[in-house]
Amino acid sequence: MTQLPSHTDKKLGLAIDLDTCVGCQACVTACKGWNDQSHGLSDQDPYGAEPSGAFLNRVHSYQVEPEAGAAQIINFPRSCLHCEDAPCVPVCPTGASYKRVEDGIVLVNEDACIGCGLCAWACPYGARELDQAAGVMKKCTLCVDRIYNENLPEEDREPACVRTCPTGARHFGDFADPDSAVSRLVAARGGYDLMPDLKTRPTNKYLPPRKKDRPQEASVLAPLLDIKATGLAGWLDKVLGKI
Amino acid sequence: MHPAPSVILFTVLSGMGFGLLAFLGLGWPVPAPGWMAFLHWGLGYGLAVGGLAASTFHLGNPKNALKAFSQWQTSWLSREAWTSVATLVILAPVALSDWLGLGWPRGLGLVGAVLAVLTVGTTSMIYGQLKTVPRWHSPTTPLLFLGFMAAGGAILSGNALPALLACLVLAAALIAAFHFGDTAFARAAQTTGSATGLGRIGKVTVFEQPHTSPNYLMREMIHVVGRKHVRPLRLIALGAGAALPILLLLLPASPVLFALIAAIHLIGAAAARWLFFAQAEHVVGLYYGRR
Ligand code: SF4
Ligand code: SF4
Ligand code: SF4
Repeated sequence: MTQLPSHTDKKLGLAIDLDTCVGCQACVTACKGWNDQSHGLSDQDPYGAEPSGAFLNRVHSYQVEPEAGAAQIINFPRSCLHCEDAPCVPVCPTGASYKRVEDGIVLVNEDACIGCGLCAWACPYGARELDQAAGVMKKCTLCVDRIYNENLPEEDREPACVRTCPTGARHFGDFADPDSAVSRLVAARGGYDLMPDLKTRPTNKYLPPRKKDRPQEASVLAPLLDIKATGLAGWLDKVLGKI
Repeated sequence: MHPAPSVILFTVLSGMGFGLLAFLGLGWPVPAPGWMAFLHWGLGYGLAVGGLAASTFHLGNPKNALKAFSQWQTSWLSREAWTSVATLVILAPVALSDWLGLGWPRGLGLVGAVLAVLTVGTTSMIYGQLKTVPRWHSPTTPLLFLGFMAAGGAILSGNALPALLACLVLAAALIAAFHFGDTAFARAAQTTGSATGLGRIGKVTVFEQPHTSPNYLMREMIHVVGRKHVRPLRLIALGAGAALPILLLLLPASPVLFALIAAIHLIGAAAARWLFFAQAEHVVGLYYGRR
């Protein structure tokens, strides 16, 4: 049913650390790989001139110029935020899109989807992409087929993107529990929502980049630049300086 | 937003068709039994059903289409499925009675006319509900759709005075939609800074795109090509959609004249619908630094 649940027992989601993300795209590849193997995530013309395909996670790269100081490059992973007031769910005419009461994960039942694309229009975050081969909507499943999967070793029961991230920039957990690691991380680092005015109440939070150190006034090489040459070298230095 | 020809065709033709069905349902006019009635009702049904059929072309997976009737409690698209089918079913006996001159009571015709209006209303709300597309998220969206329905229906049913009034309302709706639409995105106040939350640090611009060639999102929602000829298209929409029909409606009415007006109006309606899609900007474009 595309009515949103008024309450979910858990609020599973990701806290994404923009301070540590290095933009390596490993999570993009891991996500694509896992989901392509499990239920298919097609590409079109993958080895041709215009390769294109459905991905559930994309990593952007932005330049941010503060009022004062140097510009920064910030890498920005973007996947479904598993919103509490997910606008993508009520618009769905078939009931294919739904939000789970038990853990808050937003999913698409591909067997019911007509591929109308309305849910992708309703999502402000660009988190849904239509699979051009299957004709149905795809989105981040929060790796629902990993996190509860008892066939996997314990340490693999987390989302593929989280498991693979070499810098630990993606954290998975339950935001309904104020004592969970992700909740504490968000509280400590001032984790925030994307486009909060749209009232989607995202579960996923973004941890802002930490303040950079003040730019160094003098070069770190300063002591070396000041060396006075002596002897022959000193004489040469003097003579050559005069020419 | 990508102006998909099938969606433009669907919304324009079905709007006109449901407009005509509404007038016929009201018995305004009651066409003479026989081929006159057949032609009128046939045109109404043809346009409405043809539009519905065209709309399934843009579905990725049409084999599940019947499931679209299930979520009427929350989904405008599902409501549209219900109202459109209900209109077509409820008006069928009225059409039959008109065609064969059976003289059945016209009560169902009134219900059908109301349902036809609701159908176009639900179509418009599919777009009007979307906060993500500020230009659409406005009362001008239902106004536009209903305006085109009324004008198209009145012209096709040969009702000069209603057509005149509807075209006047339509012209106002078009001007309002253009006027308020042009500032809608700015008023929604979303920027790449708020989309990423990085606006708190400073001015945010795209350094590198996340992928090298366009994906579904960019093809569907970031459509810049169609925005090139906005001014001439707006003139066509207003001129052919409303102004010219108004002038021609002042001439002595004849079937040939109405056919001409209908053809001109259709061109205007298509231009307006093209702009409706091509000019609509989705907030997801902010992540890509373009709208
Ligand atoms: S991020 Fe988009 S797809 Fe995911 S729940 Fe929110 S609105 Fe829906
Ligand atoms: S594309 Fe599928 S999941 Fe999305 S709104 Fe349409 S039917 Fe629902
Ligand atoms: S949780 Fe799974 S599906 Fe979602 S972005 Fe990460 S890897 Fe992809």
